[in-house]
Amino acid sequence: MPQSDLLPGGAPGAGGPLIRFDGVVKRFGANTVLDELDFTVDAGERVTLIGPSGSGKTTILRLLMTLEKVTGGVIWVNGEPLSHMRGKGGLVRAGEKHQREVRKRIGMVFQQFNLFPNMTVRQNVTEGPIHSLGVSRDEANQRAEELLDLVGLGEKIDAHPTRLSGGQQQRVAIARALAMRPEILLLDEVTSALDPELVSGVLDVLRGIAESTDITMLCVTHEMHFARDVSHRVLMFDQGKIVEEGPPEQIFGDPREERTRTFLHAVLDHG
Amino acid sequence: MEFFIDRFPLYLSGAGVTLTITLIGAALAFVLAMAVGVLGTMRNPVARGVATFYTETFRGIAALVLMYWMAFAIPQLTPYEFDPMFAAILALGLNIGAYGAEVVRGAVNAVPRAQIEATIALNMSWARRTWSVVLPQAWAQMLPTFGNLVIELMKATAIVSLIGVTDLTRVAQEQRSATGETILAFSSALVMYFVIAQALILGVRLLERRANRRLGRAPEGGSGLLALLRPPPVTATGGGR
Amino acid sequence: MAWDWEFTGRIIPDLLSGLVVTVQATVLGYALALVLGLAVALVRRVPVVGPLLHAVMEFIRCTPLLVQLVFVFTLAPGGISAFTIGFLVLGVHYAAYTAEVYRSGIEGVPPGQWEASRALSLPAHRTWGAVVLPQAVRRVIPALGNYLIAMFKDTPLLFAITVGELMYQASRIGGVYFRYLEAMTLVGLFFLLVSVPSAVLIRRLERRYAAV
Ligand SMILES: Nc1ncnc2c1ncn2[C@@H]1O[C@H](COP(=O)(O)OP(=O)(O)O)[C@@H](O)[C@H]1O
Ligand SMILES: [Mg+2]
Repeated sequence: MPQSDLLPGGAPGAGGPLIRFDGVVKRFGANTVLDELDFTVDAGERVTLIGPSGSGKTTILRLLMTLEKVTGGVIWVNGEPLSHMRGKGGLVRAGEKHQREVRKRIGMVFQQFNLFPNMTVRQNVTEGPIHSLGVSRDEANQRAEELLDLVGLGEKIDAHPTRLSGGQQQRVAIARALAMRPEILLLDEVTSALDPELVSGVLDVLRGIAESTDITMLCVTHEMHFARDVSHRVLMFDQGKIVEEGPPEQIFGDPREERTRTFLHAVLDHG
Repeated sequence: MEFFIDRFPLYLSGAGVTLTITLIGAALAFVLAMAVGVLGTMRNPVARGVATFYTETFRGIAALVLMYWMAFAIPQLTPYEFDPMFAAILALGLNIGAYGAEVVRGAVNAVPRAQIEATIALNMSWARRTWSVVLPQAWAQMLPTFGNLVIELMKATAIVSLIGVTDLTRVAQEQRSATGETILAFSSALVMYFVIAQALILGVRLLERRANRRLGRAPEGGSGLLALLRPPPVTATGGGR
Repeated sequence: MAWDWEFTGRIIPDLLSGLVVTVQATVLGYALALVLGLAVALVRRVPVVGPLLHAVMEFIRCTPLLVQLVFVFTLAPGGISAFTIGFLVLGVHYAAYTAEVYRSGIEGVPPGQWEASRALSLPAHRTWGAVVLPQAVRRVIPALGNYLIAMFKDTPLLFAITVGELMYQASRIGGVYFRYLEAMTLVGLFFLLVSVPSAVLIRRLERRYAAV
């Protein structure tokens, strides 16, 4: 796929990393899911999060998307605090307005697609650009057509999402997220809800996007081949902590930690 | 039959008044239900308090009592006097609107959390999310109960006959005193009420189908014309009067 | 003309006596609606008679209670009191609603329960009396409770046929003294005083029992 200006690229961070987790704590009641988590992601980097179920991977993405609030610590995006804002004498909890400003940089694709059933495919893809970004209807339509062509669904543009297969719906959801021109794309097990024969179509679309753009990706997946192909770095999580991190060749080829080894064993045996 | 044919124009004009009050009352109730129902789903405690106050008050007082209060107590309290028809429509609208607000609140809260999260990921504002995602999806769920409420409203309009509005009920009573034909006079009116009710049920059923089609769902109970004639479901919200 | 507290004090006894009649009519009418509704729900399962009965109940449910009250009151022979007619018509009207509630309750009993009764060769009266109805009724308690409140709020209609309930007393007082404000306001307050707590109670019931 040729480098295209259609897709957004990662803006250069203000010198530092694009995303920075700084002592992030997340609790649900008494259950501490993330305990003082620190990590950074550079602009244009593609990072895959792996780890057993319940280890906190989804929570990390949801915190970034502001679907959850941190219990402690700060998340920085492009040098701006995500869940906080600069107030008198330090950081204070962010209001809705600040959150919407920072959120502009981030897009997310969900495991269950979450397309709007009351809208056509076109409306799903143009709703955000028109009403959140203030793009003109013509421009949004044109971009929707291009993006749907990119994910191979150009002819379904006026179809109803419920008439599409799961794989097609997920590709629409990817187009919908990209239409917002995010710098950061969050992907949470985007193929887990799909029938096995539909998985490769979705992964191919994502591979194309990875190759043709320098959008920053945070990706949770159990598709280890995909992770090896597209990611620059893999983070292995267990119980809300990073057990091991490194380039995919090392993590998959020569894991250092016993925990990583047993996890990969279990996944590859069943995958 | 002759009784009815001779007096058909009279009954028809009465039915026209009944239908007018029903439709204007329903429009008022609908606006109130939407506004207050959405208020009731907001996080702001003041908004929720206002919504709770409205629904508890106007569900708690029967439309008849409210109508009498407006028609007779208000002129005593203020220099103003309500037109009886206006008092009736206001009382019915406020009363049914309170039931409707609960329906709206329930339907809005039943929209899956995942849909809301998708709107957040698209950075949509609260107003835009409510207008273009939440309400369109909740609409299909509101409709069946709205249908029941419209029937309750239509039935409740009979109370206007008590404060001098010449609706279908009033026509029946006048014809009874004029002719002494109790059975004919009243059963003619009852049949007309029944016909109006069936027409309203059919109308709501058609709206329901359209709403479900828009959400890409197959209409309940099949798609044939016959499915439209299913008996309406009874909701447990209790009489809307 | 502003609120007159002294007048308010004077009319309260009359209004309270009206409230007693209101409660009596509600209780009797509701008892009738509970029993008749169940009977209708059961008979509805009988061929021919069932659909016919259903059509009649549907007609009752789609036409105004006020017209039904005045109709029956006008037709009834002299010996029957307005109060009797009032609670009878109220009960029959609401039976049209409770019958639907029972029906949905009965249909909500899992098929496995019927199969288990068959497997045990239970006689029909045991299947219904010991297995199906206890489960069905339990499921519909909140819905039935809602209709109790609804019926209570419909009792003011009885004043149209001269039953001496709350609304009747209020409008009589209004007519005699040419003052409606105090009496009508008190009627509204009485209704709120009963409706709001009972709505809270119903919500508790809904949480306790599986809603239909
Ligand atoms: N909304 C929530 N309420 C309570 N607990 C939650 C919630 N979301 C996630 N958790 C808990 O947080 C932990 C991590 O979950 P998650 O981030 O989904 O893990 P993963 O995506 O790695 O499987 C789990 O123990 C889960 O039960
Ligand atoms: Mg997860």
